[in-house]
Amino acid sequence: MNILDLLKSIISLDLGNYIRETFGTGPGTEFLIDVGGVLILSTFCLLIVVFLIWLERKVLARIQDRIGPNRVGGRYGLLQTVADVMKLLSKEVINPAGADWIAYNLAPILIVMASLLMWAVLPFAPGVFGVNLNIGVFYVLAISSISVMTLLLAGWGSNNKYALLGAFRAVAQLVSYEVPMILALIVPIILARTMSTVGIIDAQNIPFLFYAPLSALIFYISSLAETGRTPFDILEAESEIVAGFHIEYGGMKYGMFMLAEFIGALFMSGFFATLYLGGYRFFGLENWVSADGYTYGRIIGLVAFFAKMFVVYFVFMWVRGTLPRLRVDQILGFNWKGLVPVSLVLVLAVALADKLIPSGTPEVLRMLIMLGLNVLIAWAALEILRRRGREIRDESDDVPGHGLPVVEGHGHEAGHDDHGVTPEPMPAH
Amino acid sequence: MTQQVIFIILSVVLIVSAILVVTLRNLFHAALALMASFLGVAGYYVLLEAGFLGMAQLLVYIGAISILIIFAVMMTRRLMQTIETPFNSQPIVGLLGAGLLLVILIVVITGLYSVTPGAESLLGMAPPVEPVIIESSVARLGRAFVSADGFLLPFILISILLLAALVGSIYIAWPKHEEENS
Repeated sequence: MNILDLLKSIISLDLGNYIRETFGTGPGTEFLIDVGGVLILSTFCLLIVVFLIWLERKVLARIQDRIGPNRVGGRYGLLQTVADVMKLLSKEVINPAGADWIAYNLAPILIVMASLLMWAVLPFAPGVFGVNLNIGVFYVLAISSISVMTLLLAGWGSNNKYALLGAFRAVAQLVSYEVPMILALIVPIILARTMSTVGIIDAQNIPFLFYAPLSALIFYISSLAETGRTPFDILEAESEIVAGFHIEYGGMKYGMFMLAEFIGALFMSGFFATLYLGGYRFFGLENWVSADGYTYGRIIGLVAFFAKMFVVYFVFMWVRGTLPRLRVDQILGFNWKGLVPVSLVLVLAVALADKLIPSGTPEVLRMLIMLGLNVLIAWAALEILRRRGREIRDESDDVPGHGLPVVEGHGHEAGHDDHGVTPEPMPAH
Repeated sequence: MTQQVIFIILSVVLIVSAILVVTLRNLFHAALALMASFLGVAGYYVLLEAGFLGMAQLLVYIGAISILIIFAVMMTRRLMQTIETPFNSQPIVGLLGAGLLLVILIVVITGLYSVTPGAESLLGMAPPVEPVIIESSVARLGRAFVSADGFLLPFILISILLLAALVGSIYIAWPKHEEENS
C-alpha cells in the first residue's frame, strides 16, 4: 500500500508532500527536499543535452536531405551522442602554453553554471518549479548577462588572438541583442502586471502570442542571437573562424561550451513557451485533482509544457537548417536600426493601450485591440523599410555607373530585364 | 541562524575579493576579483529581501560595468604588462580615510540601532516587514519613481542625463564629413 502511495505521488509530481507526510516536517526535511529538487533538475538539464544533440543532427540531416547518425545504437543512431560524450570525457586535459590558468578554466565552469541557474524560475507544471520569484523575468536577464563575461574570460584566457577577436565579436552581438530582448519582455510583463513566471502563466487565459505576436517575434529573434544560433552564429562560425572564442578548448572543456549552448537554447524555448504560449496550461486539465487527492493534472501540465517547448525548439533547428549566416555588420545593423526602434514603439504603444482600455473590457476584445496594434506597428515598420529600400534603389539608378550599364546604341538591351522602375536609357549626345 | 551563516560566507567572499582587487598585480585578475566582490554585494541585497536590487546589481555591475572595465584593461596594452607594485606611498592618508569611515559607520549604526548591553537590540533579529510589502516591492518602487510625492524629479533628471549621454556618444561617433572636405 505504501509503495502504491509512493508511485501515485511520483506520477502526480508531488513527491515533496509524500516525503513531508512520511518523515514529518522540519527544516531538515525541507533542506533535503530542496537539495533533491536541485539535483533532479540540474541532472535532467545536463542529460537532455545528449538527446538534444542527437535530435539536432537528425533534424538537420533530414532538412539537408541526408540520413544523419545511423550506426551507433541501432537503426536511428540513438547512442551516437553517448559515444561522442565518452570520447570527449576520455580526452587529455590540456592547458595551452601562455594561457591564463584561472580565466581559461573558470570560463567553461561559469558558462554552464549560468545556463543551469536560469532554469530555477521555469515552471514545469502547476506547483512544480524551482522557485517563484516575484522578479522571475528580471532574474533570467541578470543571470544571462553573466554569460557575456564568460566569453571574455575564455577569449582572453586562451592567449590566442583569434580567440580574443572571436570573443569581441561575440560580446558585441550579445550586448546589443540584450536591448531588444529586454524591451520585448516588457510587453508580457505589462500584460500580466507581474514579473513572476508563474504569475505570467496564470494571466494567460488567452496566450500572449495572440496579444503581442510582434513582441514574441522580437523576443524569438533576439533569443536566437543570445544563444548564438544560426543566422547569428558568428560566435562559432564553423566555416569562417573555426570556433571563435573557444578555439583553444579541447576535450570536455569544449564539451562544456557545447553543453551550455544547448541548455541555453532549450531554456530559451521553454521561456518562450512560458511567456507567450501559456506554459503548462492545457485547457484547465492541468489543475485536475483526482478523488483521493492526488494532483494527476500536473503530469498533463508537464506534457503540455514539454510539447510547447519542443515545438519552439524545433523552430530553432528549422531556422538553423534553412537560413544562411549574416555578416557581423548586418547583425548589428539589423539590431540597432530595426529591432530596437520597433520594440521601443511597441512598448510605448502597448503601455498606453493597456492604460486606456477600461478594466471591465472582455478579454477577447482586449486581445483583439492589442493584436490590431501589433499588426499595425509591424505593417508600419515594413512599409518604412520598403520605402527606404525603394529610395536607395532609385538613387543608385539615377547615378550613372551605379545603375545598369548604359551602352550607346544598345539602349534596348540595357532596359531589358524589366524591374518596373528601370529608367529610360540615357539619350546619346 | 541560516541568515547569519550565509552572511558570514558572503562577507568572507566579499572581503577576500576586495583585498585581492587592490593587491593583485595582474590587472585582469584584479578585474575578476572586483566582479566577485560585486557578486558578494548582490548576495547581500538578496539576503536583505531586496531581490530586484540584487538582480539589478548583477545586470548592471557584472553584465555591463565589469565588461567595460575589462575592455578598457584589454585595450590598453601598457596596462596589461605592468609590473609595478600596486601599493603607493600614502599609507598615512589612507589610514586616516579608513579611520574616518569607521567612525562614521559606528556613529550611523549606533544611531539607528541600540547596541548597549541590556537595551533591546535590533541587531539580533530581522526588522519586522510584512510579506505583502516584500512581494509587491517592485511595483512600489515603480510607483515611487513616477509619483509626484516620490522620486519623480530625480527620476526625470537622471533620464535627461542619460539622454544627454546618449546624444553625446552618437555625436562623437558620427562621421565628420565637413572636416574631411575642408
